Amino acid sequence: MDAAVVFLPLIGAIVAGLFGRSLGNRGAQAVTCTSMVLSCLFALILFTRVPLGGEEPWVTPLFTWFESGRFQLSWALKVDSLSVVMMMVVTVVSTVVHFYSIGYMSRDKSVSRFMSYLSLFTFFMLMLVTSDNLVQMFFGWEGVGLASYLLIGFWYEKPSANNAAMKAFLVNRVGDVGFALGIAGVFFLFGAVDFANIFPHAEAEAAKTITIFGVTAPALEILCILLFVGAVGKSAQLGLHTWLPDAMEGPTPVSALIHAATMVTAGVFMVCRLSPLFEEAYVAREIVTYVGAITCFFAATVGISQNDIKRVIAYSTCSQLGYMFFAVGVSAYSAAMFHLTTHAFFKALLFLGAGCVIHSMHHDQDMRRMGGLYKKIPVTYAYMWIGSLALAGIGLPLGLIGLWDIGFAGFYSKDMVIEAAYAAHTGQGLFAYWMGVVAAVLTGLYSGRLIFMTFHGKPAIPEAYEQAHESPRAMILPLIVLAFGACFAGMLGYYFFVGDGRADFWGGALVSKKETVEHAHHVAAWVKMMPFFAGPLGFAIAWVAYRAQPDLAGAIAARFRPIYLFLLNKWYFDELYDRIFVRPAVALGRSLWIFGDQRTIDAFGPDGIAASTLVLARRATALQSGYIYHYAFSMLIGVVAFVTWYWVF
Amino acid sequence: MTWPVLSIVTFLPLVGAFLILSIRGEEATVARNARNVALWTSTFTFLLSLFIWFGFERGTADFQFVDEAVWLPELGLVYKLGVDGISMPLVLLSTLLTPICVLASWESVKHRVKEYMIAFLVLETLMVGTFSALDIILFYIFFEAVLIPMFLIIGVWGGPRRVYSAFKFFLYTLAGSLLMLVAVLTIFFYMGTSDIPTLMEQADMPGSMQVWLWLAFFAAFAVKMPMWPVHTWLPDAHVEAPTAGSVILAGVLLKMGGYGFLRFSVPMMPQGTEFFIPLVFFLSVVAVIYTSLVALAQQDMKKLIAYSSVAHMGFVTLGIFVLNQQGIEGAVFQMLSHGVVSAALFLCVGVIYDRLHTREIERYEGLANNMPAYALVFMVFMLASVGLPGTSGFVGEFLVIVGAFQASSWIALLAATGMVLGAAYMLFLYRRIIFGALTKPDLKRLLDMNWRERAIFAPLIALVLWMGIYPASFLAIIGSSVEVLVERYHTALLQTEAPSLLALLGG
Repeated sequence: MDAAVVFLPLIGAIVAGLFGRSLGNRGAQAVTCTSMVLSCLFALILFTRVPLGGEEPWVTPLFTWFESGRFQLSWALKVDSLSVVMMMVVTVVSTVVHFYSIGYMSRDKSVSRFMSYLSLFTFFMLMLVTSDNLVQMFFGWEGVGLASYLLIGFWYEKPSANNAAMKAFLVNRVGDVGFALGIAGVFFLFGAVDFANIFPHAEAEAAKTITIFGVTAPALEILCILLFVGAVGKSAQLGLHTWLPDAMEGPTPVSALIHAATMVTAGVFMVCRLSPLFEEAYVAREIVTYVGAITCFFAATVGISQNDIKRVIAYSTCSQLGYMFFAVGVSAYSAAMFHLTTHAFFKALLFLGAGCVIHSMHHDQDMRRMGGLYKKIPVTYAYMWIGSLALAGIGLPLGLIGLWDIGFAGFYSKDMVIEAAYAAHTGQGLFAYWMGVVAAVLTGLYSGRLIFMTFHGKPAIPEAYEQAHESPRAMILPLIVLAFGACFAGMLGYYFFVGDGRADFWGGALVSKKETVEHAHHVAAWVKMMPFFAGPLGFAIAWVAYRAQPDLAGAIAARFRPIYLFLLNKWYFDELYDRIFVRPAVALGRSLWIFGDQRTIDAFGPDGIAASTLVLARRATALQSGYIYHYAFSMLIGVVAFVTWYWVF
Repeated sequence: MTWPVLSIVTFLPLVGAFLILSIRGEEATVARNARNVALWTSTFTFLLSLFIWFGFERGTADFQFVDEAVWLPELGLVYKLGVDGISMPLVLLSTLLTPICVLASWESVKHRVKEYMIAFLVLETLMVGTFSALDIILFYIFFEAVLIPMFLIIGVWGGPRRVYSAFKFFLYTLAGSLLMLVAVLTIFFYMGTSDIPTLMEQADMPGSMQVWLWLAFFAAFAVKMPMWPVHTWLPDAHVEAPTAGSVILAGVLLKMGGYGFLRFSVPMMPQGTEFFIPLVFFLSVVAVIYTSLVALAQQDMKKLIAYSSVAHMGFVTLGIFVLNQQGIEGAVFQMLSHGVVSAALFLCVGVIYDRLHTREIERYEGLANNMPAYALVFMVFMLASVGLPGTSGFVGEFLVIVGAFQASSWIALLAATGMVLGAAYMLFLYRRIIFGALTKPDLKRLLDMNWRERAIFAPLIALVLWMGIYPASFLAIIGSSVEVLVERYHTALLQTEAPSLLALLGG
C-alpha cells in the first residue's frame, strides 16, 4: 500500500509525460488525476492505520542502491506517523491542485506536460518523506528541486520565468552543498547513513568532538548545522530565501502545491525526522531558533510592502516557515508538524484563491490595479477570507475560562508554536516568542491589506473590473476541501498532534527530551493572550490604513520613505547577492579563461614553445647561409673560444 | 576460459578495419559499405563484450579472462591481456561507444568515409587494448598508439582550425608519454619483469625512486585526464573534432589518465603517491573550481562541455587520491558515468550542429518549441552532468565527496562547490539553447530528432538511469578490486621506506 501511494503518481507522470500527445489533454488529465486520487485514498487509509490506529511503524525495502565498503543503503519506504502525516498532507493538497489545474490551465498549450510535472513532483516529495536514510531523502530533496525548476520555468518563453527557475535551482544547490557534506559527515561519524543505524547511537556520539573546517567542536553540533544549511535553502529561510518570491513566476497551482504547502516545508520535515540528532545538538538548535525567528519577522515586514498578490503570500509563506523552524529549534517538533499541516491547507487555499483572482483579472497580479472585487467574485472572496483568518490565527481562547477553544486552523497551531517558544525558557526561546508575536501582528496586517486592497474600495481600473468573473466550477469546487481544512484542521488535529493524544499519535517518531509542548500547555495566561490579540490587532491596523483612512498607508510610506523602500526592495538581498556572488563569478570565469588559459598557460605552454621553436629554427636557417666566409668566420670564432677555454682553465 | 574472448574483442575491430580496407568500387558504394561493415563489426564486438560482463566473476580482485602468449622471447616480452573490476567496465564503455560513434557519423561524415571508419575501428582495438593490457610494455604501445587515429580524426575530419588543434593535442600528450616511456623502461629493467599483476603486488621499489617514477607517469596521465594546468589542449581538440571524435575523446580517452593512476601510480608507487597527495588535491580542487568558472564564460557549446569535463575529471583525481573505498569507487564510477554522459552531451551538440552548422550558443534559442524530444533528451543528460540523484552523475560525485570528507573536510567542501558551479553553467547552457521564444526564422525550420538519432540516445538514457538507480550492479564489480587496491596500498606504505628529501636531492 505504501508503494502504491508513492509510485502511482510516478506512473501518472510517465504516462502523461511521454504519451501526452497521443492521449490528448483530457487523457493526460484523467491519468494523472486518477492516479493521484488513488494515491490519496491509500494515504488516507495509512493515516487511519498508523497515527490514528496505532499500528507499529514499518519499512518496506525495495532494492539496494549504494554498496561501497561500509557505505551501504537501499531504496526503501519508511512508514511511521511522521511520514504518514506528510503523505496525507502531500497527496491531499496535490490532488486538489491537480483538479484545480484542469480549470486553471485549460487554455494552455502544454496541458499534459504540466500535469506530468505536477505528478512527478508529488512522486519526489513522497520519496523524500518516506525515505529511511539520508541519501534517499537527498534524492527526493533534489528531485522536488528539479520539479520546482521545471514548473517555475513552465512558461519557458518568458525570460523572467527562466531566470526565476535557474535562481531557484542554484540557490537550493547552495543549501544542498551543506546537506551533502552533512551526509558525508554523518557517515564519517556513524559509519552509516540509514536512520536505523544512526539514531540509536546519537546519544553515544554526542560527546565526540571532531575538527571540521579548522573548528574543533562536538561532532553532532557541526553535522546538524551542515544539514540545517540544506533546510535553510529548501525552506527559504533568511539568507537563502531569495528564490522563493521569484518562484511566483510559475503558474499559480504550482505556487500553491510546491511553494506553499509541501516542498518548502521539507526543511522542517527534515529537522523533525532527524530530531534524535538535533536533540543532542544544543547550539545547532539555538541557531535554528534564531534563524526561524528572524525569518518570521523579516518576511512579514517585507510582506506588508509588496503589491503583487502572489508575492505577498510568498513572503507570508516564508514567514510561517520561520515559525515552524523556531518551533523545532525549541524542541517542539510536534507543534511544528501541526503548524506545517494546518499551514498546508490554508496557504494552499490562499494561493489557489489568489489564482482565482488572477484568473478573473486576466492574469494581472498587481493589487493596485484591483479593488472592489468582492461583488464580482463572491465565492473567491469567501475563500480568501477563510484562508486569511486561518493564517492570522483568529479564534477565541475560551479554554482560559474553562470552555473549549474555538477558531480557525492557524489559531491552534500558531498559538501553540508561539507558546512553545516561550515555554522553552531559554534566551533564544524568549526572543522567538516576541518575534513571533510581532510577526503575528504583521501577519494580520498584510492579510487584511491583501483583502482590502483586492476586494474592497473603488475598482482601480473600471474596465478590468467590469470584465472580472467568477472562476469555472473546476477551480472553485476543489477548494472546498482546503477550506474545510482551513476551518477545522486545527480543531480536529489539536488533540492528536499536540494535545493529550500526541504520544500515541506520533508513536515515537519524534524525539523531544525537553517536552516543550507539555510545558507550553501550562504557560501563564498573558503569554497565551498575546498571540490572541496580535492577529486581530493587525487586521484592525489594516482596516484603518486601507479602509477607514485610505490615504493613510500612502502617507506613512511617504513619511518613512527610506524604511518603505528598504521593505519594498526586500532588504536589498537580491542586489547584495548579485554584487558579491553572481557578477563576480561570471567576471572571474571570463578573466580566468582569457588571462589564465589563453594568456598564461597557452602563451607560455604549447604556443610559447611552438613559437620559440619556430624562432630557433629561423635562426638556425639563417646560419646556413651558403657563403664560405660565413662558415669560415664561425669556425674562427669556435677556434678562438676553444683556445680561450684551455688557456683560462 | 576456453576461448580467448578478451583477445577477440580486442582485435575483432581490426579485422573489420581490414575488411573495409579491401572494399573497392565507386565512392558512394564504398562509403555505404564502409559504414555498414563498421557498424556491424562494432555492434558485434559490443555483443561479444557482453560475455565478459556476464561471465565476470564478482567478488574477486583477480584478473580474469587472461590471455597470455610469448611475444618476443629474446626481449623477454609477453602478450598478456586480462581485466579486473576497474578495467572491465572501461572495456565495455569502449565497445559501447564505438557503434554509437559510427551511427552518429552516418550522415555527418561525407568525405573519406572509408578511412574514417577504419580510424574508428583501429581506435577501438587500441582503446580496449589499453584497458586490458597486463604487460607494461604492451600497455605503453596501446596507450601511445591511440594517439595516431585520434590525431588523424581531428586533423582530417575536423573543423577549420583542426591542424592547430591536432598538433596541440599531439604535442601535449606526446610530451607526457615520452617521460612515461623512460619510467616504463626503468621499471622493466629494475624489477626484471613487465608483468603488471606482479608489479602491482610487489610495489617495493625504493621510496626516492618511486617519487621520480611517479612524476614521470604523472606527466603522461595528467595530460590525458586532463588536469589543470595542462588541460588547454582539450577544449581546442573538442571544438575542432567531429562529433564522434569528441564522443570518443571525452568518453574513453580521458579515462586512460584515471585508469593509469589506478593501475600504475597508486599500486606500483605507493610511496610516490603518498608524497604527492597534497599536490594532486590542490590541482584537483583548482580544476573543479577554476574550470567550472571558465565554463560559465564560454560562448561555444563544445568548449563549455569540454571545460565541464575537466571539472568532472577533477572529481576523479580527487577521488583516486583520497585512497579510501568510497573515494576510489566513486572515482571509477565517475569515469564511467562521465564516459556516458559527456559522450551523450557531445552527441546532443552534434544533433543541432548537423542542422545549423554552428556551435555558437547565441545562435540558438527556444528549441523546446519545435524539438520537444530533443529538449527531453538534452535535459536528461544535462541533469546527469549536474549530478542529480537518480542519474549516474550523482553516484560518483557523491561517493567522492563522502570519501574526500574522510580525508579532509576542507577538500570536501571545496569540491562540493562544484555542485553549485556545475549546475550554474549547465542550466545556463540549457536555458540559452532550449528555453526562450522561438523567433529566429532558420531555427523555426529545424526538425525534431529522427529515428536514427533517437536510437542513438535510447541506450544511453537507459544506461544513465540504470547507473543512477541501481548502481549496485556496477559497484559490485568495481568494489573488490578497489578494496584490494586500498588494502595493498596501506600495507605497502608500511613496508617500504618513505622517501626523504635528502635522498631525493642526492638522486
